[in-house]
Amino acid sequence: MANIDLKVRVWRGSQEGEFVEYLVPRNPNQTVLDVVTYIQRKLDPTLSYRFACRVGMCGSCAMTVNGVARWTCRTHVSQILQGDSLEIAPLNNLPVIKDLATDMREFFNKWKGAVGFFKGSQTRHDDFAKVIPDSAERQLANAGIECIGCGVCYASCEVVESRPNYLGPAALNRAWTLTNDVRDVQQLARMQAVAGDAGCHACHTQGSCTERCPKAIEPTASIAGLKKLVARAAVKGSKWGKL
Amino acid sequence: MSATVMQAKLWYAQRISAMILGICVAIHLLIIFYAIRGGLSAQEILGRTQGNIGFAIFYEVFVLACFVHAPIGLANILQETFPKSGLAKPSSWILASLILFLGTAAVVGVFTGGQI
Repeated sequence: MANIDLKVRVWRGSQEGEFVEYLVPRNPNQTVLDVVTYIQRKLDPTLSYRFACRVGMCGSCAMTVNGVARWTCRTHVSQILQGDSLEIAPLNNLPVIKDLATDMREFFNKWKGAVGFFKGSQTRHDDFAKVIPDSAERQLANAGIECIGCGVCYASCEVVESRPNYLGPAALNRAWTLTNDVRDVQQLARMQAVAGDAGCHACHTQGSCTERCPKAIEPTASIAGLKKLVARAAVKGSKWGKL
Repeated sequence: MSATVMQAKLWYAQRISAMILGICVAIHLLIIFYAIRGGLSAQEILGRTQGNIGFAIFYEVFVLACFVHAPIGLANILQETFPKSGLAKPSSWILASLILFLGTAAVVGVFTGGQI
């Protein structure tokens, strides 16, 4: 395994650019992030990329590796190596700032657009809200709560690709977890935000987000939940009112 | 009605009509298997369908479910594929009218045997 160099093609440039090949020594237990870091530290210090925690918590190191969006810090080279080559590119569906770093503002702005933030009615002077761990809402929220905001689902989504104003799997998944947060007070506004052409009903249920999510979350299921909830709220009304 | 509420209602209508279509298609296929056992002739078909009100109601429900389901799907596809063309609405209305008119005409035709 050692002594064999990996041929790594890395995207250099911004929206316009080209793949440049580097030779990187192969090591046991090497991750894709290790490969990129080696290139930047030993071969070409001008290479730009993003990472922070290196242990799959922060969601900043996602890239397109051999054509598939992945978290690079926890993707071992051995899992995905085709022959002795790797191709590393920035995430799809996001503007490229430089090399492997994308501009993620739109991705996070869409979380805001989907009312993907908590707002409660209690203050610090009130007692703790009691959320029963076994309740249906808590269980549904649990299923989607571990999102680290890496953007892998967004980069893998065909609908985002064809319809740039679509909120995307991560924002809708966040909206769904908050929809199931019994303390939140923005439910009607959130349902209005996620309804319609740019929202949950645009999802094709193709499931690439669920297939690729490194945290094994199922945004497709969350979006299906939103679809039903919002459609019922439009036709029959909901416990928070009618759309 | 806002566009988003309209979209949600259309999605609901398409979902319900899909459920009806699922049942209708299954029954329709069973009828086909049954009907072709002894060969297929216009006389034989009309012999079964003429004056059969149950048959007419079943197929009119089928037509109505198609009338709701297919145009919504077409509008979505056109809106996504050609977002700036303005094709979605007129095309889906034309398709809806065709399905309703031709489908109902066919049901009436086989029910009456072409008497009207």
